[in-house]
Order: sequence, then C-alpha cells, then structure tokens
Amino acid sequence: MKVLLFILQKEFRQIFRDRTILAMMLIAPNLQLIVLPFAANFEVKNVNVAFVDHDHSTYSRQLIGKIGSSGYFRIVDYALSYRGALKLVENNEADIVLEIPSGFERNLVREGRQEINIAADAINGTKSSIGGAYLTAVIADFNQSLDVNTKLAAQGTSVHTGIIEVTYSNWFNPRKLYKYLMVPGILVLLLTLIGGFITALNIVTEKEIGTIEQINVTPMKKWQFILGKLIPFWIVGMIVFTIGLLVMYVVYGIVPQGSFAVLYLFAAVYMIAVLGFGLLISTFSNSQLQAMFVAFFFMMIFMLMSGLFTSTDSMPAWARQISYLTPVTHFINVVRLIVLKGSEFTQVKTEFFYLVVFAVVLNSAAIWNYRKTN
Amino acid sequence: MKQLVAFIRKEFYHVFRDKRTLLILFGLPVVQIILFGFALSNEVKNIGITVLDNSHDVTSEEIVRRIKTSTYFLMKEPVLNYREIEDRFRRGDIKCALIFPANFAEDLGRAGNAQVQVISDASDPNNSTIAVSYIQAILANYQQQQNTAAQIPYQIVPQLRLLYNEEQNGSLNFIPGVIALIFMIVCTALTSVSVVREKELGTMEVLLVSPFKPLMVLVAKAVPYLVLSVINFVVILALSVYLLHVEIRGSLLLLFAESILFIITCLSLGLLISNQTNSQKTAMLISMMGMMLPTLLLTGFMFPLENMPWIFQALSHILPSRYYYIIIKAVMLKGLGFSYVWKETLILAGMALLLLFVALKRFKVTLE
Repeated sequence: MKVLLFILQKEFRQIFRDRTILAMMLIAPNLQLIVLPFAANFEVKNVNVAFVDHDHSTYSRQLIGKIGSSGYFRIVDYALSYRGALKLVENNEADIVLEIPSGFERNLVREGRQEINIAADAINGTKSSIGGAYLTAVIADFNQSLDVNTKLAAQGTSVHTGIIEVTYSNWFNPRKLYKYLMVPGILVLLLTLIGGFITALNIVTEKEIGTIEQINVTPMKKWQFILGKLIPFWIVGMIVFTIGLLVMYVVYGIVPQGSFAVLYLFAAVYMIAVLGFGLLISTFSNSQLQAMFVAFFFMMIFMLMSGLFTSTDSMPAWARQISYLTPVTHFINVVRLIVLKGSEFTQVKTEFFYLVVFAVVLNSAAIWNYRKTN
Repeated sequence: MKQLVAFIRKEFYHVFRDKRTLLILFGLPVVQIILFGFALSNEVKNIGITVLDNSHDVTSEEIVRRIKTSTYFLMKEPVLNYREIEDRFRRGDIKCALIFPANFAEDLGRAGNAQVQVISDASDPNNSTIAVSYIQAILANYQQQQNTAAQIPYQIVPQLRLLYNEEQNGSLNFIPGVIALIFMIVCTALTSVSVVREKELGTMEVLLVSPFKPLMVLVAKAVPYLVLSVINFVVILALSVYLLHVEIRGSLLLLFAESILFIITCLSLGLLISNQTNSQKTAMLISMMGMMLPTLLLTGFMFPLENMPWIFQALSHILPSRYYYIIIKAVMLKGLGFSYVWKETLILAGMALLLLFVALKRFKVTLE
C-alpha cells in the first residue's frame, strides 16, 4: 500500500509539473465541447427544389404554391426543361427536381390519375430521403384538398371511408434539436480522447526517456505500477466529466433526466476501461509515434462506428458486432439514455455489465502485457 | 538533376526501411475504407419498434404483420400498457411505438376513420422523422389495398427517381468523404514527420552543409510519399469499385489528376508543419489529432455545411479536403467533366503552390 502511495505521489508531481499537458487535459476537451455541437447538426432545413412545369395550369401552379409554402422547401428555380433543372443538381444548387408533365391538369381530371416525376440527388442520402418523404406528404395532402375531390365529398359520395389517421408525438426531444443527441455523445468522445491518449503517451514517454528502467529495477509490482498510472488520470477524467456536465448545462441547457449517481457510476467504470485501453496500447508500442498511430487508428473507428453520428441499428449485422466490441458504443448509449430519457440503473444494467467486462479485460491485458524486462 | 535523383533514392530507402509506417500507409486506409464503406450509411434500418394493441382485431394484426415483414423495422416484444412503453424507451430497446386504440377495426368500419398513435424517440431527430414516415407509408399502402373506396378518385402519384444512385447503394454516401478524410490525414501526417525526423536524429546538420537547395530537399522528401499515395489511391479505388460496388461514372484520367493534385496539397501541408515544429511528437499531434476533428466536421460529408454558423463555414474554406470532396463527388459519382470543377481545382492548385512556397520560405538553412 505504501509503495502505491509513493508512486501516486510521483505521478501527481509529474502531472502538475507539466502545465501545458494539464491545460490540454482540462481545458481543451471542454472548449471542444462548447464549439463542436454547433457544427454537428444533421438537421435537414431547406431542401432545395427546382420545378419544371410543362403544364402551366391552375392545378400545377397550386401544387407548386403548396410545396413552396410548406416550409420545408426552398425554391431555387423554375427551369424550362428537365435538362436545365438537372444542371442545377449537378452544380449542387438543387437537391430535388419536380417535373410536371404537359397535360397534367387535363389528364388528372379526365383519367383521375396523373404521375409527376421527382428526381432526388441520392448522393446526399439524408436530404434525398427526408426531402422525398416531405414531398410525398405534401402531395398526399394536396390530393385530399383538390377541388374535384372536395366537391365529390360534398355531393355525398363520401371519399372518407376507412381512413386511418396517424397522430404522432415526439418524445424526449419534442423540438427535434440536434444538440440533445450530439452534446452527450461528444462529451463521451472527449473523455475517451483524454483517457486513451494521454495514458498511452505517458508510459511510452517513460520508455523513450529511459525512466522506465529505473522503475523496473525497483521491487514494485506490475499491478502497482499500472494502478499508479491509472488513479491520477482517473481523477483527471472524472474532473473533466464534471466540467463537461456543467458545460452541458450552462451552454446548452441540458440537464440529465436521470440520477447523477448512476451517471457517475457508469463514468467511473468507463474511465477505468478507457485508461486500460490506453495502457494496453502503450505496452505494445516502443515510441510515441507508434503509440499515436495506433491510437489514431482506433480513434477513427471509435468515432465513426460508435453510433455517435450514424445509428448503429442501421449497420449490417457484422458491423454492429464490431461496434459492440468497443466500450465507446456502450457508454454513448448509456449517457444518452440517462441524460435524455432518465433511465434508471435497473434499465441499463446490461450496459453496466459490458463496461465492467471491458474494464477488467483491458486492464488485465495491460498488466499481463507489461514487461519489466525486455 | 542527378543530385535530385540521388536524393530521392535516399528518401525511398528511408521509407522502405520503415516497415511500420508502410503498414500504416497501406493498412489503415484499406481497413477503414472497407469498414466504413460497409458500415456507414444514411439509410435508416432495423428501427426497434413495439406495439401496444388495445384492439387485437384483424386490421390491427394485419398492420402489425406488415410492419414485422418490413426491413426497416425490427419488431420487439409487444407491450401491454402505456407505462411499459416508457420503460422500454428507457432501456434503449425501442425507438418507436405504435398504439392501436380499443375498437380500432370497429371505428374504422363504422365511423369511417380511426386513429393510431405513433410515439417516436426524437432524441435522434432525423431518424424519428424517417421512422414516422415509414409507418405512414405502410399504413397508406394497406388502406389502398384493403379499401378501394378510401382511394380518392383524383390523385397525383409521385414517381420518385433517385439520381446517380438508383440501386440505393448506401456506400455511395460516405465513400467520397471517407477517401477525402483518410488521404487528408495520412498524407499530411506522413510528410509532417519527414523533415523534423532529420532534425531529431541530427542528420539535418549533414543535409544543411551539403550543396542541396532547400527546394530540392522538400521535393525529394515529398516524391516517395507521392508515389506511394498514388498507389494507395489505386488500391482504394479498386476496393470501392470491386468490393463496395461504387460505379465510377466520370473520366478516370480526370479523377486521377485531381487526386494527385489533392495529395500534393496535403503533402505540402505536411511539409509546412514539419518545418514549423521541432519534434516528431508535436508534428504528429498537429497533423493527426489536431486535424482529425476539423477535417471530419468541416469537409461536408458528415454534416451539411449550410447548417453551420458562419464562422465554421468560413473555416471550411481553408480545408483542402472540402474542395476535393466536391470534386470527387462530381467526377466519380455524377460523372461530370472538368468544366464543373475547374473552380475547385484552381483553388486546390493555388493552395498547393502557396503551401509549398511558405514551407520553402520557412525552411531554416541553419539549425539555430
């Protein structure tokens, strides 16, 4: 026990001596937390639509007017031909082209059915699918309100038989703001960055400047060394997490719905898992460069596969398995559940189990792989 | 000229001797393009959904069956009361809940209309919008088939055509962005340590006393990485075409020319970083950790740039990857020619020249 205290004393001195690293650990993540969510916004605001109206009839004008006033669309142009409208798509000025064929009104009234063409730029997947869905909804609504239909309804040949109405409510984020999704996720990401990197670099630095040799010749046990590295950074991590929660409240007005105790319990276990990951990387690498390359590789995977930006549900099954194999996925999920939905411990206990397993496995591997002799 | 060739050969030796960096240069992009190409997509699938069916009649069960067979939804255990729905949301088990009122089919038959309620988890806004629209589509489809009377006599039928991506290949949305991201970071990181490594090892002194001109040093440093990066690009392109089934619509020659230009720009940025820093660690921190998030956010492939505050939009204009992303999208996926991307090309070329020029000016001919 006494040995451990001495190591801790040494580690804390090293941390406090290097002010730049200390500042990097405490301030940089929170600055990023303030700035990044402003950029991370998937909201589909204005779907740019170009019209090609070959009919120029009352109905076609009504339809265009309805789409324009629906609030989802921004009309960029009334093109004369489909080619001209396509040109706008090619230049990234329009996302969707709506083409109304000539004879639109006549065919509609005579045959009761008329097709119109919608072409969406499918390279921008979100915009095309949401824009397409909005447009279909507006057209369905327009169909209902067509005066030929309403007249028929008034004449008594009721068209409203057997209609299923869908009412929907948006829980947990009624105004559909992206900050609720992004801020908790980015907080986890930053915690991972400091936890994973700084520890990885820390041991490797000792290897590079040779001080690890001095530690290796002492009678200190492997687990004491690892624990001595772990505890100080764990404390730093928890401080960062606390500041992060404050930033979340002060800047974004997000207050965790669930209990703080559960949130901290998860954070505590998660920090141990991430630190274990950093330690494991450092025991494998001989230089800071290698450690950084390896850490970078995993960081990219953590960022893009963890469900931070794209939902893990939509991934193919094998990719989902990979994403479940990273602790980040689980912690992001839990933080979102607790902060946004107020989940209680019993509701998220499987995730807790996962994180404990990660913490134990990663740290055991780090202790096992740390060699006192070469 | 002979000197330059000798010098380039020296650099090649350096690169090939360092097996680990080579592994990173080729391994990292390949693994990531495969992983992200398959895994990332804007498509929303497997949405966890549960049903609270207070009616249990033919109609409601038919609708539930239809949702069950849709690939967009993953039907979870049904719930028995309202409270349970909340609990399931809190477990993260479901993203969506569909509620049928009691006497659903009777209302539908007798009163002519009935309501269903959809509760969606809006903590992920776009996914919740899409989930609701899927359910609406399934319901509308059901009504049309069941009840021809419900069909309004006069209707406009939208025919949706997906441009450039008729097969709805999800990889298409992310591949150009991932290519831009990976090349931006790997190329910058590679050259960013090249000059500073010589400083650290002390061999810089030897270089400086030799009759080489600074320009030659920089060019010689960049050439091996340029060659390797181009090979790397070929590998990645082959992977995208044969493994991820991304069709290259435009001219291959133009795509290559633009890519080489982008690689040169990134390598020049790396050289500039290398000249500015004094240790490999700092150079790496800047080129990898420092650049990763800005590149990911501001290239435009993850988040739409138009939603960002003006300051981010302004910042995105200094990122080479932003322009390359526009070019590669236009040439590779839309099959457009040079006339559509000359502006971006010009900017990239200007950036490359400027970066090289500044790097050259910053090249210190003395060690102090």
